[in-house]
Amino acid sequence: MNWGQAIADALALGALYGLVAVGIGLVFGVMRLINFAYGELITAGGYTLAYTGGWPPALSILACVGAVVALALVQERVAFRPLRRFGASPVTMLVATFAVSFLLQAVYLLAFGSRGQIVGTLGGLNSAFTVAGVDIRWILLVTVVTGLVLLAAAAALLGRTTVGLHMRAAAADLRTARILGVRANRVITLSFVVAGVLAAAVSVLYTVQSPLVQPNTGVPITIFALVGVVVGGLDRLWSAALGGFAVGVVYGLFGDLLSSTRSVYLPAVVYGVVIAVLLLRPAGLFAPFRARQVERV
Amino acid sequence: MRRALGPALQLAAPVLLLVATAGIAVSLSKARQLEFTNALVMAAVVVALYVFVGNSGVISFGHMSFVAVGAYLAGLVSLDPQTKTFTVPGLFPVLRHAQIGLVPSLGLAAAAGAVYALVVGLPLMRLSGLPAGIATFAVLGITYNVLSYWGRVGPQTQTISSVPETGAWTIAAGAILVVAAAFLYQRSRLGRQLRATREDPAAARASGIDVYRQRLLAFTLSGALAGLAGGLYVHQLGLISADLFYLDLTFLTLAMLVFGGVGSLWGAVLGALAISALNSFLGDAEDTVHVGFALKLHAGTRLVTVGAVMALVLILRPSGLTGGREFGLPWRR
Repeated sequence: MNWGQAIADALALGALYGLVAVGIGLVFGVMRLINFAYGELITAGGYTLAYTGGWPPALSILACVGAVVALALVQERVAFRPLRRFGASPVTMLVATFAVSFLLQAVYLLAFGSRGQIVGTLGGLNSAFTVAGVDIRWILLVTVVTGLVLLAAAAALLGRTTVGLHMRAAAADLRTARILGVRANRVITLSFVVAGVLAAAVSVLYTVQSPLVQPNTGVPITIFALVGVVVGGLDRLWSAALGGFAVGVVYGLFGDLLSSTRSVYLPAVVYGVVIAVLLLRPAGLFAPFRARQVERV
Repeated sequence: MRRALGPALQLAAPVLLLVATAGIAVSLSKARQLEFTNALVMAAVVVALYVFVGNSGVISFGHMSFVAVGAYLAGLVSLDPQTKTFTVPGLFPVLRHAQIGLVPSLGLAAAAGAVYALVVGLPLMRLSGLPAGIATFAVLGITYNVLSYWGRVGPQTQTISSVPETGAWTIAAGAILVVAAAFLYQRSRLGRQLRATREDPAAARASGIDVYRQRLLAFTLSGALAGLAGGLYVHQLGLISADLFYLDLTFLTLAMLVFGGVGSLWGAVLGALAISALNSFLGDAEDTVHVGFALKLHAGTRLVTVGAVMALVLILRPSGLTGGREFGLPWRR
């Protein structure tokens, strides 16, 4: 097996999972809610691309972004906002996002069938160029660059704008932020919009590499990104992104390098690492070291 | 009189509900019967889940691992050794040669569930909140992965379909056993201590309760009951397959629990039976059912409706149907 090739593939997978991790981490930061139904946004993007396959690529991608953001807003408005208003416990919220995920998959199954749809929008990016004996597909380059650009954009939004300041304030302490005049609903809506745009980007990039979109396409993506978010550290966007990236790279690398009889156990190893990280460094691998906080009563 | 009757009713109500379900089941045709016995198994699984999640207030996405281990063990030791040589040749010799009866196989399932839960719980019960959720989910992921690919412990990605099935009354007896164990536990000193940690961990700790120990104990008991429920499941369905015990079942049972009300045994049983009933009815309606008029639903409607109902209940009434209360007669409240 060619190491350069494996690394190139792994980097692209890492960039993809990094993006998903940011989307999940962003919503978590503001709402303290892990959205299991995030993957269904990616699936929705995939279906939109499949059904607008005849359109010019730019329009098709635009439609994809529109559809995914709309669905993200529907999720927030219809499911999560009422839950928040009733003051549901975190456990109930988590199960509710499970239910939304289940419901959306059932709707996809009913609407689009179980066989799956093929996306061909940017199929041309699968062609490769050769650098020093390593075949690099254009999509790898595009994924990494898009990932970096979107991360930088998200960081700029959070760090340089007033509304970003509000989002960070809400993430630190939603109740206090509200008392100080931050409009909670607007901040949360915005975080869902940004998360939606990221999900749409993932749909576009992901479907180039695996063009078949099925009702449950988003599930494994969510699970692995979630693992990355937890391993990296939930409380900071960049550590979540780094965690997602790391899981993607490790997964891609070992998936390529191990023989198939070994690599089937890769998920078990990844989950084992997750448990170890949770036990040894609950704040995440990439969270800054600091003195143990006093337990609040 | 009043003090004695209340708790007795709290146990009698769910038990009667289970007995009634089994009673209806045996009067029906074979195919119809399966839907009712499946509801009984779901009740057992959900109550097992409730023993930990309900009493401790800590979420677990990993309980289907214990159900899976119980189901695999009970199923494999009930199979004819000769069949196993052909269908699962790679099995550990102990498992391949063994063949034991129904009751010992269920006992074994419960023991395996308890041991697995204890081993997992020893490190994991130090966590709570979201990390606990993710860590238990990771346990589920590992279990599913290993069961799917390791030929020494099962049929890998294949399905074995020749496990001896058992009747509605046996399943009901198993489910009632689970309910009774859950009831006795939650009324015991230990159960009350755990419930105290759920309400206020700091105050409970200050009163001398060891939160970690109580959670570990409940987790192990819950694992034993889940293992037993898994044994019931495999004897009800007659199938062994890794896919049965993964995300769908995890989600379904958790939703049943939340639907009925996380905080009460009555809610766990009610939620399991209610969602099962809805599920079965809609499944039938997909190939025409007569409710005064012939109702024929589009295939796939079942999943959408069940999902929508569960999402709606979660959103509109997060404390579930029972609001977390045990069964009581209206004038006694």
